Amino acid sequence: MSGIKETNEPDVFVVADNVLSPLGKTTAENFSKLKQNISGVRQRNDGGISSKPFYASLFNGDESFISDTNQDYTKFEQLLIASIEEASKDSTIPLQDKKTVLIISSTKGNISLLETNTNNAELHKRIALSTSAKLISECFGFSTQPIVVSNACISGVLAIITGMRLLRSGQYENAVIAGADVISKFILSGFESFQALSGQICKPFDKQRDGLNLGEGAATIILSTNKKYDQNINVRGGAVSNDANHISGPSRTGEELAYAIKKALEDAKVAAGAIDFISAHGTATVYNDEMEANAFSLSGLQSVPLNSLKGYYGHTLGAAGLIESVISIQSIKENLVLPTLGFENMGVTQPLNICTGLLPGKFNNCLKTASGFGGCNAALVFGK
Amino acid sequence: MFTEKYITSSCTINKGAVIKEGLNIFESHTDIAAFLLSVYQHFHFSYPKFYKMDNLSKLGWLAAEILLKDSFKKENYRPEDVGILLANANSSLDDDIKYFETVKEMASPALFVYTLPNIVIGEICIRNNFKGEHTFFIQDKFDAGFIAQQVNYILDKNILQACICG
Repeated sequence: MSGIKETNEPDVFVVADNVLSPLGKTTAENFSKLKQNISGVRQRNDGGISSKPFYASLFNGDESFISDTNQDYTKFEQLLIASIEEASKDSTIPLQDKKTVLIISSTKGNISLLETNTNNAELHKRIALSTSAKLISECFGFSTQPIVVSNACISGVLAIITGMRLLRSGQYENAVIAGADVISKFILSGFESFQALSGQICKPFDKQRDGLNLGEGAATIILSTNKKYDQNINVRGGAVSNDANHISGPSRTGEELAYAIKKALEDAKVAAGAIDFISAHGTATVYNDEMEANAFSLSGLQSVPLNSLKGYYGHTLGAAGLIESVISIQSIKENLVLPTLGFENMGVTQPLNICTGLLPGKFNNCLKTASGFGGCNAALVFGK
Repeated sequence: MFTEKYITSSCTINKGAVIKEGLNIFESHTDIAAFLLSVYQHFHFSYPKFYKMDNLSKLGWLAAEILLKDSFKKENYRPEDVGILLANANSSLDDDIKYFETVKEMASPALFVYTLPNIVIGEICIRNNFKGEHTFFIQDKFDAGFIAQQVNYILDKNILQACICG
């Protein structure tokens, strides 16, 4: 009885998207750089972030993202505004309509303000993610209450699942889903204290992998149930699970991510055999990649072409699930799966079919997964 | 079409008072850390992990413990069929400030891990072996209508059979 989807639920279509990263300001610019195997990750010497050199994918300090400087938007908010603006530019989705909802995904939002401002009630209000959501909502004139998802590294994937369900339920017709995170001393020092950072461009699933890189970026996906988009790519289904094992370490077995994958496939009415490629979380930490390999093996997906984009973008936290989803959608559109930069030799105990070069083919369905602190896992299926 | 659903139990911890099913069952007016500890001690909980949690996780964990105590038969549900939807106004800011204080000397990984609001969900899941759907939302003011809509959808679609929300 579980997992039965009522047949009268509408399909959810991807109308438009954007990736804003150090590699480019549009999805096309980003995809073009990835095809050329260009990474945004490089060594940085920035005393404001860390006393030691570190590898990360960061915007240049003086970069501006929006032309409207009347409002006092933070970098985090500027990234979201620029990404939403670019994504919505070519679509006719009415942002101000009561049928359109805004969903924001971030892990730490404006937390960098703690580093520079006086700690008081006014600052606390300015840091609140709901304050940023309100500013962004007002900037575009949304008339519905914005929704904020903050659920560690699955935030981006979870925001899409939340949007998909709100549209299926008929409460809204359109959803604008945007995510961003900015790297500052607060976040970098935390990952450093966990000894989770790699001293090189990270190496997902590789034998020599030794940690992750952090990255900055934003991405937006606009969804609609309007039938006029029925030739577009669908968000077919999604699901979430919890490891119930450890707050900062992944499951030993991968069973819980495998369960999220199973439920997402059921929701999508897509068999495991019909998945043409996987966009994995692939952070390049020892335990995450091993857990994911276990989960894909348990799901019968070990021979499906798979990539991790962390070698290009680093881990962009609340933006990661959105950036990687947009790139995967572009892969379906262009029938071209991207390689896993940094991967050379198999470093997980379960077999996987890891892409090491550009892989052309006919790709209809993609599985996107994410996992994070708090034991959270999420899986999404996109398809033609 | 929504099917009938039931609120099987409720618990609030607010302004120094613990209220279950509408009844005030404990009260203590002191600072937040001492209050959380006094609640833990009053109900004779024994869970060493409690002591390492941040205030947000302690608060959420205590509310869930008291909510489920004598009111929820875990054995009637599969781990995957129980989930958690939570919201608050300002994420993990309390712990964020404490963590950032340590960055000046030596950044504390034990505090950093709690700088994510969904860790409280993780703590409740670990305690009860709940493995189902969960989401942490940030809302300026608690939006009961939105949470109810989310829970309705998740129960109606049989994604979960029971859901803790708040």
